[in-house]
Amino acid sequence: MTQLALIIDLNVCVGCHACVTNCKQWNTSGAAGPLSDLNAYGADPNGTFFNRVQTFEVGEYPGTQTVHFPKSCLHCEDPPCVPVCPTGASYKRVEDGVVLVDYDKCIGCKYCSWACPYGVREFDEQRKVMTKCTLCVDRIYNPALPERERKPSCVLACPANARLFGDIHDPESEVSRAIREQGGYQLMPELGTNPSNHYLPRRKSELRIRADQLERVDNPRLIDTLPDTTRYAPMNADYDI
Amino acid sequence: MRPAFSVILLTTLIGAGQGLFLTLFAVDAIGSLRGIPTAELRSFAVVGSVLSLCLCALGLVASFFHLGHPERAWRAAAGWRTSWLSREVVALPAFMASVAGFVMARHADSPAALWIGLGAASLAVVLFVCTGMVYVSIRIIREWASSLTVVNYALLGMASGATLAAAIAAFLDSDVKEGLVLGAMALIAAGLVTRGASLIRNARLPVKSTLQTAIGVKHPKIVQRSQGAMGGSFNTREFFHGQGADALRNALLGFLALGCVVPLVLLAFGFASAVTCSVAFSTQFVGLVAERWLFFAEARHPQNLYYQSIA
Amino acid sequence: MPLHDPIAQPLPDAQTEVKTTTCYMCACRCGIRVHLRNGEVRYIEGNPDHPLNKGVICAKGSSGIMKQYSPARLTKPLLRKAGSERGSGAYEAISWEEAFSLLEKRLGAIRATDPKKFALFTGRDQMQALTGLFARQFGTPNYAAHGGFCSVNMAAGMIYTIGGSFWEFGGPDLERSKLFFMIGTAEDHHSNPLKSALSQFKRNGGRFIAINPVRTGYAAIADEWVPIKPGTDGALLLAIIHEIIRLGLYDRAFLARYTNAGQLVNVDEASDEFGLMARNAAGDLINPLRPHNFLWWDRKQYRPVGDHTAGADPALLGAFRLQDGTPVKPAFQLLEERVRDFTPEWAAGITGIAVDTIRRLAHEMGIAARDQKIELPIAWTDWWGEEHKSIVGNPVAFHAMRGLAAHSNGFQTIRALAILMSLLGTIDRPGGFRHRAPYPRAVPPNARPPKGPQSVKPNTPLDAPPLGWPESPDDLFVDEQGSPVRIDKGFSWEHPLSAHGLMHNVITNAWRGDPYPIDTLFLFMANMAWNSSMNTSEVRQMLCDKRADGEYRIPFIVVCDTFQSETTAFADLVLPDTTYLERHDVMSMLDRPISEFEGPVDAVRVPVVPPLGECRPFQEVLVELAGRLKLPAFTAADGSRKYSSYTDLIINYETAPGSGIGFLAGWRGKDGEKSMRGEPNPRQWDMYAANNCVFHHHMPPSHQYMRNWNKGYLEWAQQVGIRRDNDPIVIHIYSEFLQRFRLAAQGRSTGRQPPNHLRKRVETYFDPLPFWYEPLEASVSDHARYPLCAVTQRPMAMYHSWDSQNAWLRQIHTHNYLFVNPATAMAAGIADGDWMWVESRWGKVRCMCRYSGAVEPGTVWTWNAIGKASGAWNLTPDANESQKGFLLNHLISEELPPDGLGHRLSNSDPITGQAAWYDVRVRIYKAAPDEPRQTSPQFEPMQPLPGVVRPKSGWRSFFAGIGGKW
Ligand SMILES: Nc1nc2c(c(=O)[nH]1)N[C@H]1C(S)=C(S)[C@@H](COP(=O)(O)OP(=O)(O)OC[C@H]3O[C@@H](n4cnc5c(=O)[nH]c(N)nc54)[C@H](O)[C@@H]3O)O[C@H]1N2
Ligand SMILES: Nc1nc2c(c(=O)[nH]1)N[C@H]1C(S)=C(S)[C@@H](COP(=O)(O)OP(=O)(O)OC[C@H]3O[C@@H](n4cnc5c(=O)[nH]c(N)nc54)[C@H](O)[C@@H]3O)O[C@H]1N2
Ligand code: SF4
Ligand code: SF4
Ligand code: SF4
Ligand code: SF4
Ligand code: SF4
Ligand SMILES: [Mo]
Repeated sequence: MTQLALIIDLNVCVGCHACVTNCKQWNTSGAAGPLSDLNAYGADPNGTFFNRVQTFEVGEYPGTQTVHFPKSCLHCEDPPCVPVCPTGASYKRVEDGVVLVDYDKCIGCKYCSWACPYGVREFDEQRKVMTKCTLCVDRIYNPALPERERKPSCVLACPANARLFGDIHDPESEVSRAIREQGGYQLMPELGTNPSNHYLPRRKSELRIRADQLERVDNPRLIDTLPDTTRYAPMNADYDI
Repeated sequence: MRPAFSVILLTTLIGAGQGLFLTLFAVDAIGSLRGIPTAELRSFAVVGSVLSLCLCALGLVASFFHLGHPERAWRAAAGWRTSWLSREVVALPAFMASVAGFVMARHADSPAALWIGLGAASLAVVLFVCTGMVYVSIRIIREWASSLTVVNYALLGMASGATLAAAIAAFLDSDVKEGLVLGAMALIAAGLVTRGASLIRNARLPVKSTLQTAIGVKHPKIVQRSQGAMGGSFNTREFFHGQGADALRNALLGFLALGCVVPLVLLAFGFASAVTCSVAFSTQFVGLVAERWLFFAEARHPQNLYYQSIA
Repeated sequence: MPLHDPIAQPLPDAQTEVKTTTCYMCACRCGIRVHLRNGEVRYIEGNPDHPLNKGVICAKGSSGIMKQYSPARLTKPLLRKAGSERGSGAYEAISWEEAFSLLEKRLGAIRATDPKKFALFTGRDQMQALTGLFARQFGTPNYAAHGGFCSVNMAAGMIYTIGGSFWEFGGPDLERSKLFFMIGTAEDHHSNPLKSALSQFKRNGGRFIAINPVRTGYAAIADEWVPIKPGTDGALLLAIIHEIIRLGLYDRAFLARYTNAGQLVNVDEASDEFGLMARNAAGDLINPLRPHNFLWWDRKQYRPVGDHTAGADPALLGAFRLQDGTPVKPAFQLLEERVRDFTPEWAAGITGIAVDTIRRLAHEMGIAARDQKIELPIAWTDWWGEEHKSIVGNPVAFHAMRGLAAHSNGFQTIRALAILMSLLGTIDRPGGFRHRAPYPRAVPPNARPPKGPQSVKPNTPLDAPPLGWPESPDDLFVDEQGSPVRIDKGFSWEHPLSAHGLMHNVITNAWRGDPYPIDTLFLFMANMAWNSSMNTSEVRQMLCDKRADGEYRIPFIVVCDTFQSETTAFADLVLPDTTYLERHDVMSMLDRPISEFEGPVDAVRVPVVPPLGECRPFQEVLVELAGRLKLPAFTAADGSRKYSSYTDLIINYETAPGSGIGFLAGWRGKDGEKSMRGEPNPRQWDMYAANNCVFHHHMPPSHQYMRNWNKGYLEWAQQVGIRRDNDPIVIHIYSEFLQRFRLAAQGRSTGRQPPNHLRKRVETYFDPLPFWYEPLEASVSDHARYPLCAVTQRPMAMYHSWDSQNAWLRQIHTHNYLFVNPATAMAAGIADGDWMWVESRWGKVRCMCRYSGAVEPGTVWTWNAIGKASGAWNLTPDANESQKGFLLNHLISEELPPDGLGHRLSNSDPITGQAAWYDVRVRIYKAAPDEPRQTSPQFEPMQPLPGVVRPKSGWRSFFAGIGGKW
């Protein structure tokens, strides 16, 4: 069985928000749209976004780490948001595990959002329905797009290529390998939601230097004999140019 | 959580409606079992049931204000296999229909009234369970995920219904009024105990999800610098009550004073008069609205870990 | 079964179209594909077939729709109402014909009398080839783009050293690098490619070290963060150089052959040639315009020889005497002496970085460069004819930007960096720094500014481009007394190497009438009444200030903008420009193309939607004006207009008649069969449009490296006109050019000399070797009263001031906070989220505090240009940007405090005139509880201009197709 998911590589995410606005533009014009905005040009502008990038600081100065943290629906394998929906508008697709909202069935009771621990569902205040990341189902199966572009728009946009997309149930997929080899983990594992999206942790490269590396026979200081700049040599040398 | 006024009204109103019906049906059933002529208790039963229906109808109306698409509300029955909310949505009209059936049968003094009433009473119980389970089933809100939630919904609803029943009986000057006053006092006390228990439980709930589990970084010191949207979002509105600690304390006081102490005093020293009983009910209802506000406000949703700071 | 088909297209019958063009939500200039549905822009994605961004796109680029359909867009030419006060916002809409004839008359009169009374200054545009041509043809010296307040230190510091620079002209080769140092960079110009390269670098296991007082964005993913006190990087770099030289961790072979490290410098204090290179009178000049007849001390024969004599190996260290007795030392010896006292211990006290860390950084770079060499099997021949079997690289890369540039000691700091990179042998080599065409260029490039007031004549073009690269005092643009000719005092003794001008002083100078008053100030794409001015509050007053006779001190101001910026309020004439999706544009090889390491790349923009309202591309406006004013280059022999339009100009303009070199390098020749050089091709635009709007010339691998000295490349570059000459570009470890200015200041040269009050200054800062000095403002500030540094950074999701009209981006950055280290804030009694004051000697700003552990405790910072004036950008007057957002610029002065004699000098680098944005010193304190919860200063809210409609509030969705809810 297929379970599509995003893998977010925190090791390379620079927090640029490209995934945020690219998602907005794709989805507002696509099958999941439009995504509305409140006070777009006034006080406290806010609106429907399927994806947000947050920033956390870990540790204390001078050891502070700045962690940029993109978050959209995690397409849980046991999504608590689905069974609670009274209308069946929230559903998880059998064929690929994508969790969706049927906007034509949704009564806008917001109950599903209460059940989701991750704060990723967003109620669209203009359409009065619940919305969320669709994993861009209207892209990934779109026959009008060339094969390499049948990926979520946030994935294609991401300048750091920090977002991987694929089937985590296929052990050979890029995403499964990334999870396996780079310590991919789930958010709030204690809640039993079994999120499909995984995060790859920060990794640190270090350069170990041993004292003897500083000593070398080909040290250029040995070529240019250490200068005695008080003495200009040669004084009356026999040379011409 | 942000307390939605429509949901507060919905639950308090139908809770009172359910409680009222259960009380009056208990009185009616016991009366008929004791052989009291049906006609003697008829007006109490009929007036009470009609009022119960009205309360439920008001609750139903309130519930529509909570929906983005009330015109699609009928769809809410579809999820009954998995969703307690759907079950509640099924149970409420079923209950109301059976109460309506009961009213008609009882008005006609039909012998079927008992059986219809029994059905309605069972539905009232089912409805309490459903309403409670709507919250219990959100396992991640640990303040709610306890059987106490169902018990509280039931007991507080019954208590308010019983007080209202006492008031009706007092208006009708029925013989049962003293008994009802006692019953209401008992229920209020029971509700106070169980709700108190849940407050104590909630205050002691160990933390399950933390910033560490939320972002998967193990370091003990993590602070959110930016939540990604400075003007707010659905997630900053729906899950925060936006009030200071004062508001929570006031709500608690409101519940204790208006929802419990004042009605108890009025009932205890009010000689079961129509006036004291109805004042008792009104204050109690306000107190229960405060209780329900507190119920939402004290619920700490784990998603809030992700929405702590703008920058 | 779902009712809503999650896959169905919402408008199946819609007309859809995909057009390629080039993004201009920022100056990075990625290739984009714009999806149109029924003629509306619906989706903008990165073009996968574009060499710059290879399909990716950033947050701004993805929000282009919201720029296109922004309610802040100007739609009509506007003239300030007769009798109304400037700044009051009273305008009437006029026709373009009226606007043109008004400008024609006014500018024509100025040109016929005193062309310098017309000043054209442009901001964040990338079309300086055209605007510069216009200015030169007009005959005004008063032209520059934003570079002077942006990053001229970076450009000049590196170009005067290695003949190329970071920015679009070169960068770190992260594909092959193993160790990368990013210094003072937050978002950078090369934003998407840098992001992609950083992530690839990290995934390859590279080690990334960020040196910055603040840890955000890119620095967030660094393996190590080295917090540094602002303005002190020069000390750090010199200490690293000290350590590298002390331990012999430099690439000697590289230095000896490719830099002037081995060139002998006259060290005879008594000589007029003191500090200049000893010359080989008998040697080959190579290029008479720029003689290369230097001397080496051949350590094998132990005698002086001409540089690059076959078989010779120059001594890098030592002291020698020439035959005539002149004492000389190799340039490297002088560097060694220079840094001898610049120990890690010395630098630790200045930078706040631990001694061990400084040493370790030096060791890491030295050892990685030495021991992790890359060798590519690419044969090449160097300029002196030696054949090399391979290209060798030392995989240590650096990148730096405004954290170094925007300080008044930036030029020398950046020279130190370029020298460090050269010591490590990483210039134009794999894994190190790589050039991008048209760089490398001569040190310095050939263009020289005009030489004096005689260059400015009525109805005559300037005899030299208004901007250039001085080599000696004779190249300065000053009059007999040594006073500036330019309004911004560029190329004067105050800032001799101000290669990009000093836009940040134009308004103040014009207001003061120093060096002279002007008549018309034309501002294009620059928000000079707000974020691109220092001392913003006062500059806004200057714009409205009047002389005793009632005339404005700056009599006429023209602003060409796309949006209702803060500056439009001060215009007498507003010209509504198009958006990048509505116009033709070029990213030209004559200007600032988007080249890759592998070869020159230029690009175009083509309109994908028609202009809104009466908007007109500024390019067209300039060509029209040039035609009307009959500027020679725009006029045919018979006096008629030479170019009917901008597109016509781009196709047919040649740098010289028949040169075959024009704005665009691709698809030249009659049928588009030629590249780089060839006759004009009438179908050139179509060919670009059909090819993703980009032209990429791939050079053979043997031309891709060592370009400063690569014979094959240099010959090719000359042949295609990228360079005038083909002489080698030797790295200037020691800068003779700087010494020439110093000698003049010391009165030891015969040519021009600085006015007395500037002698000391020029002598001090024109040091031929890098040194560190405290930033000028800091050096005259009371550190006890103003203990903190204040800096800004660019947020990745916002471009300067111009994205606050963008409905999506402004949800990400709606207002700004002052980020303060918790320890610093708590010491001042300020809690997280509190209202507070930040105050410099120049002014104070009320704002909100946000704690951050990712900032060095002696520094406070905020996002640049998020704060807005109330009502600007057509935001409602109560919008967060103006109520909670603030601009740090109110605290930064455009001038230094007056010296003893009352001279006021620009708050800039004394060498280049680079604006010293990050030198300001501040103190912080809590706001009183009864103060308004609002930022200060506040300004009278701007009203929507005619033709601009304030949108309704409430919920809206951009989905014009169905429902048309917008
Ligand atoms: N405190 C502080 N101040 C700084 C800096 C800093 O680091 N700190 N950085 C400085 C630097 S490096 C720079 S480059 C400047 C940038 O400052 P500016 O050059 O002023 O840049 P913007 O604010 O983006 O304003 C440019 C203007 O161009 C307009 N515009 C946008 N698109 C178009 C178009 O297509 N056509 C036309 N005609 N106009 C258009 C915008 O509406 C805006 O009014 O800021 C400087 N100011
Ligand atoms: N998204 C976006 N991209 C942009 C722009 C934009 O507005 N938005 N603007 C464009 C323009 S015009 C420019 S000039 C470039 C500028 O690109 P950057 O050079 O990256 O500019 P800043 O964001 O000003 O970053 C300056 C950095 O220097 C640090 N710094 C300040 N003082 C010092 C110091 O003394 N030493 C060190 N080591 N660090 C210091 C600051 O903390 C900050 O991180 O960005 C371009 N790209
Ligand atoms: S992340 Fe939330 S909305 Fe998404 S599937 Fe899981 S529970 Fe449902
Ligand atoms: S808001 Fe819509 S999707 Fe969510 S539970 Fe209610 S009906 Fe289901
Ligand atoms: S997968 Fe699609 S819908 Fe989900 S966050 Fe990415 S772009 Fe948005
Ligand atoms: S686009 Fe990529 S790098 Fe940028 S915030 Fe999103 S995940 Fe991070
Ligand atoms: S970096 Fe972003 S805004 Fe700049 S040109 Fe590229 S896509 Fe456009
Ligand atoms: Mo800039």
